[in-house]
Amino acid sequence: MLIRLNVNGEWREADVWPGSSLLAMLRDDLGLWGTKNACEQGECGSCSVWLDGDLVCSCLVLAAQAEGRMVETVESLGREGALHPVQAAFLEAGAVQCGFCTPGFEVAVADLLRHDAHPTDETIREALSGNLCRCTGYQKIVDAVHVAADRMGEVAP
Amino acid sequence: MPVTDRIAEAGKGAIVGVSAPRVDGTPKVLGEFAYGSDLWVEGMLHGATVRSPHPSARVRHVDVSGALAMPGVRHAMTAADLPAGRRYGLDYADQPVLAEDVVRYAGEPVAIVAADSAEEARAAAAAVRVDYEVLPAVTDMEAALRPDAPPVSERGNVLRHVRIEHGDPEAEADVWVEGYYEVGMQDQAPLGPEAGLAIPAADGGVDLYVSTQWLHSDQKQIAPCVGLPESKVRLHLAGVGGAFGAREDVHMHIHACLLALATGRPVKMTYGREESFFGHVHRHPARIWVRTGARRDGMLVNCRVRLLLDGGAYTSSSPAVVLNASTFAPGPYEVPNALIEGTCVYTNNPPAGAMRGFGAVQVCVAHEAQMDRLAAALDMDPVELRLKNVLHTGSVLPTGQVIHGSAPAREVLERCVALPMPSDLPAAFRDRVTLPGGAGNVGRGEHVRRGVGYALGYKNIAYSEGYDDSSEARVRLERGPHGVVATVHSAAVEVGQGLQTVLAQIVRTELGVDEVVQMGADTEVGSAGSTSASRQTVMAGGAVAAACSRVREHLFARAAARSHAGATLAGPLRLADGRVFAGDVAIGVVADLLDPPLEATEVYRHRPTARLDGRGQGDPHVMFAFGAMRAVVEVDLDLGLVRVVQLGGVQDVGKALNPRGVEGQIEGGAAQGLGLALLEEIQLRDGKIANASFTDYLLPTILDMPPVVSAIVEEPEPGSPYGAKGVGEGATIVATAAVAAALRDATGRELSRVPVTPDDLVGISGPRTSAGPAPIPDVPGPRPVYEYR
Ligand code: FES
Ligand code: FES
Repeated sequence: MLIRLNVNGEWREADVWPGSSLLAMLRDDLGLWGTKNACEQGECGSCSVWLDGDLVCSCLVLAAQAEGRMVETVESLGREGALHPVQAAFLEAGAVQCGFCTPGFEVAVADLLRHDAHPTDETIREALSGNLCRCTGYQKIVDAVHVAADRMGEVAP
Repeated sequence: MPVTDRIAEAGKGAIVGVSAPRVDGTPKVLGEFAYGSDLWVEGMLHGATVRSPHPSARVRHVDVSGALAMPGVRHAMTAADLPAGRRYGLDYADQPVLAEDVVRYAGEPVAIVAADSAEEARAAAAAVRVDYEVLPAVTDMEAALRPDAPPVSERGNVLRHVRIEHGDPEAEADVWVEGYYEVGMQDQAPLGPEAGLAIPAADGGVDLYVSTQWLHSDQKQIAPCVGLPESKVRLHLAGVGGAFGAREDVHMHIHACLLALATGRPVKMTYGREESFFGHVHRHPARIWVRTGARRDGMLVNCRVRLLLDGGAYTSSSPAVVLNASTFAPGPYEVPNALIEGTCVYTNNPPAGAMRGFGAVQVCVAHEAQMDRLAAALDMDPVELRLKNVLHTGSVLPTGQVIHGSAPAREVLERCVALPMPSDLPAAFRDRVTLPGGAGNVGRGEHVRRGVGYALGYKNIAYSEGYDDSSEARVRLERGPHGVVATVHSAAVEVGQGLQTVLAQIVRTELGVDEVVQMGADTEVGSAGSTSASRQTVMAGGAVAAACSRVREHLFARAAARSHAGATLAGPLRLADGRVFAGDVAIGVVADLLDPPLEATEVYRHRPTARLDGRGQGDPHVMFAFGAMRAVVEVDLDLGLVRVVQLGGVQDVGKALNPRGVEGQIEGGAAQGLGLALLEEIQLRDGKIANASFTDYLLPTILDMPPVVSAIVEEPEPGSPYGAKGVGEGATIVATAAVAAALRDATGRELSRVPVTPDDLVGISGPRTSAGPAPIPDVPGPRPVYEYR
């Protein structure tokens, strides 16, 4: 079936299998493999994207449900030479090891900071409890959120 | 090519000893780093695997005709279609590429298919008809040793038995404590699934891009099974999303190569999460019986250990795991007399193999519980008891091996005790997320008790028992458009631990260059050995340092020859600020000395080790790294819910080449240890995995993991590059035991099994009991199983 949606500001379409998830469409049909697949059950958050501005697990959304809607992925955050403050903070804090969880975490952290510019440790842990990381033990991810919050606070007037 | 071949360099100027930023950091934060599951090439097919639902069965007939008739399906293969070798394995090739006459575990591959799309391939796999005759299965490790147990392997059910006799094993003690411990089956659960892409080549060979831990071992196992010389099976590393031992064994490699060669098309295979649980080996479940004897003053006298590991259906790395478990069974303590009897058995359970900590994790759960028990029996402080007996340089181990290298176990434990404690604000004043059950809104901290536990442990670095463990690296120094560039080529695998960053730091340190380019890891350069056993900092690092030093020698020779032909140089040559100096006199500019470029290839080997003899005596291990952990927990005594409040880890690393990288290893390793203590267990029902998903197999989330405080102990290892030891396993070894100790402290219960459950904590289920130690199998000495034939 033909699905048309707006990804990172651009209208894209693809002919997908009716059972296809939004995650599969992004990765396999649109070539946006920054969004990761580690469980396809909504347990790991590796596939986090925004759908009409709401944080979702794209593995739990049918591509068909996203028809005509706005999707933002990790690719919308930054690019080489112009990293998003959350991406820069992950590097600076040493929050990246294998990096497989990183895109999903970055999207979730950016979403958290949209809603709460200076979250406490407890708020951070609650907000990120849907994202699994097997490498870091999460300590440096919490650090990265604080770094990003400080950085974004400096930029804001 | 779909793979990033060179990784651009970040962190200029970062030499050995500083916390350099990751060289692969930018592509990873941008989502541009290509993992195995991200590979794509025009016209590729998708492979899928048909797996046995039975732990033990005869395969009467496999019918792929229905699958082949389905839309998009291009090929199907069973054991009857295999072109060449039929079995593979790390050191002992006993695992069928596709099941032949019998299947030995639930999940064993029986057939493979290739189709135009992943959905079509999966549908075709489901349409393959297999006629099984179900056979009795051995699904319990003690049952495997019964005389009437059906033989799982052609060699019977004893995979390996290790016997270590030390001093007088009958020596009497003033005080004895006795314990029985069980460790469940843990999954490595790297977030990146098993994945790779095989591309048939014009020369009749195949190129495999794969997420793995050791390219050359894979190559050696694949080639005979696809009927090609090793030179025609070329491996290239795809991005690796974590490994922890799960990628040490071959998984989809041979299947994808077979399908690619048969169809003449590229074939990609990616496991979903469920298949991943069936597609790799797991941590060995263990049963451990220990009697520890001491003098009244706390000095250990005797340690008697019987341990049993469930190796599952095939050999994998079990021979080395049971050696490790046996040699480390008494813990990092001097004990003058010991008898250690370690057995690993074959069963019809899923194969067990490498996982971070490799045998040392299981015995740490037992030896540390024993030390706490002994301390209680002697009415002594548990830390003090450990410090009385702790190993040091010069100590003699139960194998007779003398520790000649660094062994700062005392300092590691003392630093751990000195780490800052968490605040102990009463429950009423705290965010409910920080209370046991608080995040799930089921607890308000009414009946919460805090407990503190310590664990000390140690483990070998690199491969043991006389293994010829080598690592090759090539370094080239040349003039680039923006100055001098060093290019490194090593087959050592980056799994996320930060190896490539460390290698770049080494090059900068040795050659004084800023720009370091790393070629993708592949089989075009010699083997670097496995990314396991915490060995690559030492091994790949040693090889890169050696190649750099050879390049520097050539550079100095050229500088000397060109500048002062025949004249006496003003002092020893050195590199500084892009120039070669003789004493204080600059004799050449590096950039001007690189026509033609300089290149060197070097192989690094650690000191040789020796196997154990019939009494378990020898010199099996290269060097040792020590770790300590303090766990502070809170238990809701009514609900059996736990909140780990803080983990404090100290690790002995010889020299921290990248201190922040070391911290990351301590924190991540602590999380995996916490998982085994509280959450993570593969549930087997009659040999079948019952919880093959992240919904049912629970990994620690950010709510389960507390803050980690850590410290690094640097006591250089003599003879090792920069004095470094390995970094990857120290925290994992001790974290499980530390959390268990803290839970015992909080509840006063025995808690003899990990993972500890809420039922254990409130006393609904009592401590695990045993009718007595497992019998000693009737097999010769401590040799690896493949020598029994
Ligand atoms: S892949 Fe979507 S939550 Fe794991
Ligand atoms: S960095 Fe590997 S899973 Fe998070």
